[in-house]
Amino acid sequence: MPSSATAGGFLLVLAIVLPVAGAMLSLALGGRHAERVALIVMPTGVVVATAIAAAIWRTHSVLQYFVGNWDPPLGVAFRADGLSAVMIVTAALLICGIGLFARTQFPTPRGVEAHASLAFWTLLLAIWGALNAVFISGDLFNLYVALELLTFAAVPLVSLDGRAETLAAALRYLVFALFGSILYLLGAVLLYGAYGTLDIVLLSDRVHAEPVAWATISLMTAGLLAKAALYPFHLWLPPAHAGAPAPASALLSGLVVKAPFFLVVRLWFDVMPRLSDREAAQVLGILGAAAILFGSVVALRQARLKLLIAYSTVAQIGYLFLMFPLAIKPEMGRSWSTTAWTGGMLQAISHAFAKAAMFMAAGLIAEALGHDRVAGLSGIGRALPITVFAFGLGGLSLMGLPPSGGFVAKAMLLTAAVAEGQWWWAAVVLTGGLLAGGYVFLVLARSLTDPSEPVTLLSTVSPIRQAIVVALALCAVLLGFVPLRPLELLQIGRPEMAIGGLK
Amino acid sequence: MSDATLYGLCGAVLVGLGLFGLIVHPQPLRKILAFNLIGGGVFLLFGVVARRGAAAGLGGDPVPQALIITGLVVAFAATALAVALLLRLFQETGRTTLRLDG
Repeated sequence: MPSSATAGGFLLVLAIVLPVAGAMLSLALGGRHAERVALIVMPTGVVVATAIAAAIWRTHSVLQYFVGNWDPPLGVAFRADGLSAVMIVTAALLICGIGLFARTQFPTPRGVEAHASLAFWTLLLAIWGALNAVFISGDLFNLYVALELLTFAAVPLVSLDGRAETLAAALRYLVFALFGSILYLLGAVLLYGAYGTLDIVLLSDRVHAEPVAWATISLMTAGLLAKAALYPFHLWLPPAHAGAPAPASALLSGLVVKAPFFLVVRLWFDVMPRLSDREAAQVLGILGAAAILFGSVVALRQARLKLLIAYSTVAQIGYLFLMFPLAIKPEMGRSWSTTAWTGGMLQAISHAFAKAAMFMAAGLIAEALGHDRVAGLSGIGRALPITVFAFGLGGLSLMGLPPSGGFVAKAMLLTAAVAEGQWWWAAVVLTGGLLAGGYVFLVLARSLTDPSEPVTLLSTVSPIRQAIVVALALCAVLLGFVPLRPLELLQIGRPEMAIGGLK
Repeated sequence: MSDATLYGLCGAVLVGLGLFGLIVHPQPLRKILAFNLIGGGVFLLFGVVARRGAAAGLGGDPVPQALIITGLVVAFAATALAVALLLRLFQETGRTTLRLDG
């Protein structure tokens, strides 16, 4: 770990400042210019994200920036390791896709001021800035502020249309999120009280297995689980994600829930590696397994397409937490843990692309049909073949069928489970894949049947929007073709992991 | 019992009361108030933590004090957003509960 700011450190500042400045600017300029600002910020943000990843890949070390040149513990550090870089690039690509898709839905109005358009574009950029801040903050209090910014930007997206049920869903989401963040803050206070710093690198040296450390990791993890909607904290997710407009659902399900998960990973693997023990990790794994089984079964029973996809998110979040019992080992032989860790992170990324594509495909179907009842989808496969194809591609990744990112991720989790002798997790992964196959098939089979009367589309679906959905779904599939070498990028900055385990 | 212990216990009691309220009360307004109660407790604890600086001859550790101010701003913003959502919900439906069936 370098002890001073690195050369490319200013890129990290750009990654946060650019979207936040864009959000401020659209707020100042108003609804008639918000879309234009976003369209300028989006490609620039992708360039910055790529530059960060390239700099980390080239130097094979962590990018670092100290705000105001004050070293931690006095100052606040921004750090980007390989994991941060991968998440930043994923977020940038997805936000561009979602933004381009949303142009038709939140167009710039002529002459009049449109609140929905202004709100959407401002919040999109605000979420982007907050996500990047979560991915690169090296200070637990800074992370708290970033998480709160993310919540404040995500909650209004749920209730953009202002209907009573979406307002209730947004309020419920906010209550859960506040519960989570205050527990996290309480943990951070106790940590500062015990060790005198909140810097992640300094803390990782100072934390020892003692009651105060146990209390803080429990409080912070519980708080983050509430925000990540892991079973049994999932109650807020389905109404919120299903009620939001399609681009917002894609953003919330694909990216926003990944931020608290990312923080749990940071806490368990970076802040308190010495604390992580098998028994505690088993608890996370059991909750994850419960989420997979419960979410998939409930998804099978949903009558509305968007709710089905939202419950599938509950299930897919469960997979993310299976990596904890498989990757955490108190002893030092860490060869298989790298496989599980990489599998978990790959699941986060491929689910982000797949789920965003599926929510946007569902949005296109709902726009064309005027409803999203699964029972009423007959014939849509013939009317909107490309959209249904994209939905199927996304589903491929959720089921874990080859070739897809989801397949590689789940195969890695399976391999690790078998190699570790923890076969019960393998059983859960396989059952979850089967159930996911069930609910994806339910939708596809229905949409491919011949309708009793010809399908009438309320509106034509623009080919560009369909192309964007297909592109995102293809990203999820192509992740399965990425040779394992670029996954080394994920390992940069974590020397304790053996690359040799990646076989 | 030293002043710091009393102070810390006060914070702990507030956190406990707030957690109880947040979990037990179904009404959103009470949940928002409970959240603020926990927040108050957490900031009190942070205040106690700041006393550690006194051992080094300083009047207090300035870092927790700066963090308290930031935390207050964030908690205030969260409360404002929650109350605004609740008000809007009341305008739309005439009720302030979160029951799904409505």
